[in-house]
Amino acid sequence: MNQSQIARVFKSPVIDQVGVVERAKRFTTRSIKSEAKMQGLEMVLSMIDLTTLEGMDTEGKVKQLCYKAQHLHDSIDGLPTVAAICVYPNFVGLAKRCLAGSGINVASVATAFPSGNSSLEIKLADVSMAVSEGADEIDMVISRGRFHRGEYNFVFDEIAAVKAACGEARLKTILETGELGSLDKVRLASDIAIAAGADFIKTSTGKIQPAATMPVTLVMLEAIRDHFQKTGLMVGMKPAGGISKSKLALHYLIMVKETLGDAWLDPKWFRFGASSLANDVLMQIEKQRTGAYQAANYFAID
Amino acid sequence: MTESNENSGKSDRLEVLKTYKMYIDGKFPRTESARYYQPVVNGTSLGNVCLASRKDVRNSVVAARSAQAAWARRTAYNRAQILYRIAEMLEGRSQQFLDELIRQGMEADSAETQITQSIDRLIYYAGWCDKYQQVFSSVNPVASSHFNFSTLEPVGVVFAVASRDCPLLGLISLIAPVIASGNTCVVLASENSPLSAITFAEVLATSDVPGGVVNILTGRVEELSEHFSRHLDVNAIACDGLGVDLNTTIKEFASETIKRVKIYHQEWSAEAAANPYLIQDFCEVKTTWHPIEQITESGASY
Repeated sequence: MNQSQIARVFKSPVIDQVGVVERAKRFTTRSIKSEAKMQGLEMVLSMIDLTTLEGMDTEGKVKQLCYKAQHLHDSIDGLPTVAAICVYPNFVGLAKRCLAGSGINVASVATAFPSGNSSLEIKLADVSMAVSEGADEIDMVISRGRFHRGEYNFVFDEIAAVKAACGEARLKTILETGELGSLDKVRLASDIAIAAGADFIKTSTGKIQPAATMPVTLVMLEAIRDHFQKTGLMVGMKPAGGISKSKLALHYLIMVKETLGDAWLDPKWFRFGASSLANDVLMQIEKQRTGAYQAANYFAID
Repeated sequence: MTESNENSGKSDRLEVLKTYKMYIDGKFPRTESARYYQPVVNGTSLGNVCLASRKDVRNSVVAARSAQAAWARRTAYNRAQILYRIAEMLEGRSQQFLDELIRQGMEADSAETQITQSIDRLIYYAGWCDKYQQVFSSVNPVASSHFNFSTLEPVGVVFAVASRDCPLLGLISLIAPVIASGNTCVVLASENSPLSAITFAEVLATSDVPGGVVNILTGRVEELSEHFSRHLDVNAIACDGLGVDLNTTIKEFASETIKRVKIYHQEWSAEAAANPYLIQDFCEVKTTWHPIEQITESGASY
């Protein structure tokens, strides 16, 4: 089969870029105040995958992040915890021990993150290592090079193989939309990932600019919606990278609600991949509570 | 037609009026609230001037905070160069300032004096940038084996309410000592005479002053006082010529975060109004205990 024939197998619709951008922009015009805002902010907190994916990560940094995940800001009562910690595979065991009994998941990137340039054997070994250490969620990257060469079967098979290696762990498939080029490609990659069995589709690694944007996320949400309408099966969504302000996070929640509905407004089906979003949300919550604008140095570093 | 043009050349042309916008983060935005007010002098309106809201305060404090570390890291010598550069640019624009001060109701000769004094004041504090530390720092006698010394460090972000009656010199007399030591600031311009403050912002924008180091708002101090004095990210407040009630309110709110509040009732044109103690007002003393070898009869070994 050639490229366009395969694209047709996945029945990916053509994306109207202008329409998507305009639609995404309209979500940012909703005004959310007082009680609804507080509710939204707490929901954002509960959906965060608190992330550290740096070459310079240390055990100490991971421990600190795990502590932060459980104690976001102890002076405020009744705050939710974040949904998960996201680390490299070699820190999974440590994170798992630090978070024991907290109910917070440990997610691990795998499959030669962030480039995904390695053999299938090595990628599967990477996944198995993370899973055997106790990872609850696996964030894989697709092979963008193969995708651009039109080898969609390869991309599909790879995701399916990783899914099989995940066992009980939930699989998030990173499309790295900043490298895909067009919204049509984003839609096609989403459809492939969903068809291959991904539990979540995720925008970016956070290593490439642009990372998550609202139009790209909207296209992916629509792929999830179409799949749900066809099959009745839910798939999760995780925008990652570049979402560091609570206002923007609230815009994303509105987009999820208006595209997919209330069922997705749950950490099981929607996540934010972010490292600095949590503190901004906490500062907003504290502002709502006290009436005074907050300063970053009153909050734990993340 | 031609004839009337010849007769009254000037009056036929529509005057292009200048929009006086605020100065935040090196840019000239309008207020986010889209409100304006019209200061009136001798029965004539000065024009539409932005009426800043609490969110403008918030935005400008964010700008000031993010600019502060880099500004304080610059060498004292470089800060001196930049302050001197502001004076140079102000000198080049003195005619424009003269026109505006007169429009704001000042007599021509006192306006001229105010401008030359403003330029001189900038030069004065440019000179102090790399000298105040020597004057106010000390090596302290201690009884233990320590080299003990105290130096000044900038407090951080300073919110200044500029003089109502001395629109240019009063403004500059506060800004210059505040930024000389590495603070950044947000300044609320004189409510009645805001034009020269905004034109001064244009001078700043072309004087190598990094964006965010000085931010200038126009509006009503009564409306904004609670928001800047309770703001956790504002480290000190300077008030000039406010009433007793307002000063008390500001001090009370500032006490929530034990924020420093300096109240001035200066005659800024007086020679004594320029002094290095204004730099000291916005610095904190840091004392370091540096261990040294045992001091013996032959003296200390450092």
